[in-house]
Amino acid sequence: MAQRLTIPLLRLWPGRLVAVLMGILGLLGCSSEHQDTPLSFWVLGGEGSAVRLLVEAFEQENPDVRVIVQQIPWSAAHEKLLTAYAGDAMPDVFEIGNTWVSEFEALGAVESLTLSAREKEDFFSGILDSSTVQGRLMAKPWYIDTRLLFYRRDLLSRAGFDAPPTTWSEWILMMETLRDRDAGLIKALIAPLGEWQLPVILGLQSGATLLDAEGCFGRFQSASFRVAFHVYIELYDKGFAPLMGDAQMTSLYQDFAAGRIAFYVTGPWNIGEFHRRLPPSLESLWATAVMPGPTGPGASLAGGSSLAVSASSRQKDKALALVEFMTRTKSLLTLYQMTGDLPPKRSVWSDPILSASPPLEAFRRQLDHVIATPKVPEWEQIASKIILYAERSARHEMTEEAALLALDHDVDRLLSKRRWLLSGTCHQGAVP
Amino acid sequence: MRDFKGGGLLIHVILVAAALLALFPFFWMVSVSLMTAEDMALFPPPLMPVHPTLQHYQALFDELAMGRYLLNSTLIALGVTISSLLINSMAGYAFAKLHFRGRDSLFRLLLAMMVIPSQAAMLPLFLMIKELGLINTYAGIIMPGMSSVFGIFLIRQYLKSVPDSLLDAARIDGAGEFRIYRSLILPLSKPVLVSLAVFTFMGSWNDFMWPLIILSQEDRYTLPVALANLMGEHVQDPQLMMAGAVLTILPVVVLFLLLQRYYLEGLVAGGVKD
Amino acid sequence: MTPTQRPSAAFWLVFPALLMTGLFFVLPIVAALLLSFTDFDLYALARWDHLRLIGFENYRHLLNDPLFFLALKNTFYFVAIGVPLSVSASLLTALLINQRGVRGQGFFRTVFFLPVVTTLVAVAVVWRYLYHPRLGLLNYVLSLLGIEPIDWLGDPQWAMPSLIIMAVWKNFGFNMVIFIAGLKSIPRRLYEAAEVDGAGAFEQFRSITLPLLAPTFVFVGIVTLIGYFQLFAEPYVMTQGGPSGRTLSVALLMFEEGFRWWNLGYAAAISFVLFLIILSGTVLQMLMRRFL
Repeated sequence: MAQRLTIPLLRLWPGRLVAVLMGILGLLGCSSEHQDTPLSFWVLGGEGSAVRLLVEAFEQENPDVRVIVQQIPWSAAHEKLLTAYAGDAMPDVFEIGNTWVSEFEALGAVESLTLSAREKEDFFSGILDSSTVQGRLMAKPWYIDTRLLFYRRDLLSRAGFDAPPTTWSEWILMMETLRDRDAGLIKALIAPLGEWQLPVILGLQSGATLLDAEGCFGRFQSASFRVAFHVYIELYDKGFAPLMGDAQMTSLYQDFAAGRIAFYVTGPWNIGEFHRRLPPSLESLWATAVMPGPTGPGASLAGGSSLAVSASSRQKDKALALVEFMTRTKSLLTLYQMTGDLPPKRSVWSDPILSASPPLEAFRRQLDHVIATPKVPEWEQIASKIILYAERSARHEMTEEAALLALDHDVDRLLSKRRWLLSGTCHQGAVP
Repeated sequence: MRDFKGGGLLIHVILVAAALLALFPFFWMVSVSLMTAEDMALFPPPLMPVHPTLQHYQALFDELAMGRYLLNSTLIALGVTISSLLINSMAGYAFAKLHFRGRDSLFRLLLAMMVIPSQAAMLPLFLMIKELGLINTYAGIIMPGMSSVFGIFLIRQYLKSVPDSLLDAARIDGAGEFRIYRSLILPLSKPVLVSLAVFTFMGSWNDFMWPLIILSQEDRYTLPVALANLMGEHVQDPQLMMAGAVLTILPVVVLFLLLQRYYLEGLVAGGVKD
Repeated sequence: MTPTQRPSAAFWLVFPALLMTGLFFVLPIVAALLLSFTDFDLYALARWDHLRLIGFENYRHLLNDPLFFLALKNTFYFVAIGVPLSVSASLLTALLINQRGVRGQGFFRTVFFLPVVTTLVAVAVVWRYLYHPRLGLLNYVLSLLGIEPIDWLGDPQWAMPSLIIMAVWKNFGFNMVIFIAGLKSIPRRLYEAAEVDGAGAFEQFRSITLPLLAPTFVFVGIVTLIGYFQLFAEPYVMTQGGPSGRTLSVALLMFEEGFRWWNLGYAAAISFVLFLIILSGTVLQMLMRRFL
């Protein structure tokens, strides 16, 4: 006779197979949650090998802790950190760009930290401030980053200049001369279109605030920013810098070594890179200088990275211990020696390794004049809009006026949620 | 077929030229992956390495955990293939040979859904996978990958040609539908199952966007995700990236060359019969 | 003799597939629609009370977003040039391979299909290198012909064409195989009869091949159209949407808004608009079939 109508799925071998498969997969999925796990530590950019060295020393000091280091390229860092947050998969300790601290604080993703009064004083005040949100320190500064003028001394002196420029007009004059005279030169200045730092620095130098005081609306059409933006676009218009994106930077070091680049605005990590990639004979030929400003030596960005402990970490004490170890004087010195990353603590600066290095002189002086970008969680999105409109304007797809108008418009829109959350605090309006 | 006497040589020349164009990037990929830094510095760039070296492949496995990524890709692709073959063949059989209410309209609905781009589902799917705690797990990729309307369609198409009398005879003998499925249908569908298996495996192996979103830890990366990561970090090292690329495509190319008959036949069955 | 009716067995057989499809496809699609009516973003990810229902606000903003229109323009450009190019290349190679007396048909078929099965990211790696302004082979070949080097991926004019070339190279083999099957299904005697009637090669093509290939043509067209509208991986891996946003596609914009900035509500709205566009394109093609 006909069999019973319904056979439960599990009695059938395919069903059993599927069930077993799902079980295995489930185990594979869950396994990482329930065992004694090592500490996960994400570093951004090129600090990988230095960090691995330091981590080994940390593990020796703390034999019951294992640390797994994962290196994330800067280009994907912000995205990856947010994805990890959204997916409840944050690492225990992670490096975080200073401009992102307020964003992660708003998400409740980072644990607040406490420092002894002595340690607090040791940090450069501006740097500590950039990682402080509403009075609470949300990440511990690990290294500072600011942008400086790197230049080829010999190219300048061949063109008749004995000292680096200190004002915008001097700089422009030098680049004009280099562009017109030196036949072997390909680029007077390297300014990739995918970076927001240069136009922002020029803006901050002319006194622009970029956003209004409460961070509610964009102020990219202010007179001071207009001036700075114009100077920036002219760098391309006048042929000082070629129109190129980050992806085409593959031959940067060769070009610099071959004397095909005169100026490059970049950060301290390139001190280490230049040491590593350029022949020693070139050591005396390149130097660093404080950024030229509108009327004299100008300000630069108060950037850098800090170390943060994830609010969702299940091993907070071990995480805090790792952060403490990484920010000790000895660790910071090792970090500097291997990568050129500058320490955020004054005491470390007085170490002979740093105080005697010529390229660092300019950095030391620049650190007295650094300005932070507006501390809003939306900063990274705003920066991407700056990049977009700066590029369109540099390529003459939009006039400067139109670009800044569109930029303000987009930024105002980006900040709309923030305005709603802060309702009542935003007093000034959008610029019509 | 049209007769085209006299133009025979021309056609062959064109075809050979086109074949060279189709194959050249792969040739170049392998060639560069074997070049030393000295070879790369030569100008004009040589077409073949002067001193071929395996150092880049070595570096991939020793320093860059390529073996791990290979394993991840393999396990995930196998997982998707086996599980989707199972559930889709069952459904394909039901749609082809069993009668139930709403069968045809349900099938048409499924077909219509093939128009919807998968990206539309990804945003909430991410949130869902996160709630299930499956971020950065194999299951997070395998489970959404199990359902495939195309697979159901292919199998149904194929099974329609199985004579009803065969199945009825089994039913008269007292076999239940599962028994029929297991002992009759599965063996009979071997060709289409192989086709579908090849499709699914290759599709999962090459999948990029979803694993990119779901996998946050390096040790879980599949080959395409790892390769994209490599592109970001080692932009100054073309040989390394080429070696990574070769490793990524090698398994599916081999699979295709061995089983192309099944793959192409399955493709045609799905396409031409509309 | 009618087959025994066993609805519940059928139910169990389709259940797993329907469950998976329902759970991991249908449900998210519906959720995406709902999501598009909210302002779900990072703030909302942190706290539920930061979420607001905003009706059609996302869609309204989309219609005013210059970046969206740029993405739309780029995507249409890619589809308008890429689809005809790809389909023609497929048809052409299919016709050539299918000629009587062509040797090694299987060999050519395999060779042309090879790019289809390879991983896109791997293909992007080698093409990016081929496209390099200084170190790439393409510019080297151009220089041999006396042509100035082109900045394939960095020049706003050339970026999208470069992607199109790569995309066509990669998947013309797919449609070619389908065309070959379609061509093979046309009975030879039709051609023989036409030959007897004195019809030349071109005449045969026009009156036999094209009409009988029409259904295949429509199928290939629709499938390619749907695929090309979803352009994402190529710009993501090769150009990141640049230069100057010239390779930003709608799917890439959706990815950026959704998984880079976590403006999930806005991204969901973009994905629905993309779906509507694809749907209209498909319906349009099917209507064309009915009337041609």
